[in-house]
Amino acid sequence: MKAIMTVIGSDRVGIIASVCSLLASMDINILDITQTVMEGIFTMTLLVDTSTSKHSFDEIRSALIQRGEDEGLNIHIQRTDIFNAMHRV
Amino acid sequence: MLNISDIMQTVNMIDHQHLDIRTITLGISLYDCADENINSCAKKIYDKICSKAENLVKVGCEIEREYGIPIINKRISVTPIAQVAASCNGEDYSIIGHALDDAAKTCGVNFIGGFSSLVHKGFTNADKKLINSIPKTLSETELVCSSVNVATTKAGINMDAVALMGKIIKRTAELTAQQDGLGCAKLVVFANAVEDNPFMAGAFHGEGEAECVINVGVSGPGVVYKALQEVKGRSFDVVAETVKRTAFRITRMGQMVANAASERLKIPFGVVDLSLAPTPAQGDSVARILEEMGLEICGTHGTTAALALLNDAVKKGGVMASGHVGGLSGAFIPVSEDEGMINAVRKNALSIEKLEAMTCVCSVGLDMIAVPGDTSAETISAIIADEAAIGVINSKTTAVRIIPAPSKKFGDTVEFGGLLGAAPVMKVNQAGCSEFIKRGGRIPAPIHSLKN
Repeated sequence: MKAIMTVIGSDRVGIIASVCSLLASMDINILDITQTVMEGIFTMTLLVDTSTSKHSFDEIRSALIQRGEDEGLNIHIQRTDIFNAMHRV
Repeated sequence: MLNISDIMQTVNMIDHQHLDIRTITLGISLYDCADENINSCAKKIYDKICSKAENLVKVGCEIEREYGIPIINKRISVTPIAQVAASCNGEDYSIIGHALDDAAKTCGVNFIGGFSSLVHKGFTNADKKLINSIPKTLSETELVCSSVNVATTKAGINMDAVALMGKIIKRTAELTAQQDGLGCAKLVVFANAVEDNPFMAGAFHGEGEAECVINVGVSGPGVVYKALQEVKGRSFDVVAETVKRTAFRITRMGQMVANAASERLKIPFGVVDLSLAPTPAQGDSVARILEEMGLEICGTHGTTAALALLNDAVKKGGVMASGHVGGLSGAFIPVSEDEGMINAVRKNALSIEKLEAMTCVCSVGLDMIAVPGDTSAETISAIIADEAAIGVINSKTTAVRIIPAPSKKFGDTVEFGGLLGAAPVMKVNQAGCSEFIKRGGRIPAPIHSLKN
């Protein structure tokens, strides 16, 4: 399944490393990544493919949310369909 | 890849602007549950609902997690019980009401609608039994919702039914007096009721519907409010366009969720109801959208025009985003469920009379309005008659969900909690109308009903 991840939080060293290493540990492939810092707020979106992972979507989601809570980041993972539905005619 | 600003816009709508799917409602036909023995009928109803809706809540929660979009309510609507129970012996249909309540609890849904009767032209024996069972049923059950259709554009207004419903509402309030008349919050009196409405308390699975169907109700007053904040001071052309664009996005999401639910439950998709349904939460109010258009407070002069624009733009934006649009589709103005409406009533800016005018241009009617406990049955009937007339003449759905809160006076507040919110008790015109209601009979259908 292809999903969009969004990561938002105060900018500091190591956010990308932390998130990406967690994804790697669950065998989730990153297809695209965009990152910016606006007024000190770190914002990153990733297009990921979860089909290579042996973990269920719920397990992946829980692990990401937990990592977000541990590190003070707001992390979402959502199927790409919702963004396509809302922003593509 | 998708544009980062589009992605963040969606995330912000969900996180900060209360964007959600208000309800996935599973409609179930109960015609095959008819039985001479009312207890057997009740058992068949329980068994059928539990089997058809077994996975509804599970699938709804799955979709919520995978798409990251909250689905606030999972609900069930059923064939109007007066039709299913017509061949049953016995007078008291509350036995069936209990079966619906038990089934709803077993399935984990938060409301079940369809303890209903369609009497716009006249009563069958079963309709009378059902309507007389409403007060007891609503006082003894938690999740059952009831509705009665008393008028249509084609048939006119059944004034006998209007008179009876005034008494039924009063009796329901009395039997649920300890909860401030909560039973009346689960009872809707309709004109031109629709068969595929996914919203409560007025949902039922109409006679033209399939065996089972998935209907979805979207929401999003907070998103529209935020979008209008970005176009402060601009012309109404810009306002309308902004609402349309926002409604389009909201509805596309609703359609996507409806498709996903339909596929996973293997139940056909029915309609998306394009509604701006508020909640009592801050920032999720239809009244605040109207105020954002430039009104000091909802209810002042200009409110009806603002609501007309909003209601129309929501439909125009939403209609292209969905394969099948149905239900009530428009803006809802339930007083107790809308933080801005509550504020406007408390400041005496919004009256029942103004709300009545607003119902001419939006999707429903006088909704979740608390009135003093000593309001007579005849006055309530006359309020219903006025709303029914608006619906019948304008060929639209109107409804009355009114709570004559026992022992409460004008200015008091009724607390229902949760999505039902809190209702300030509103002033009612004290002049009598009992002679008017006593006449009975039918108000004939309007001339424009003769379209053939």
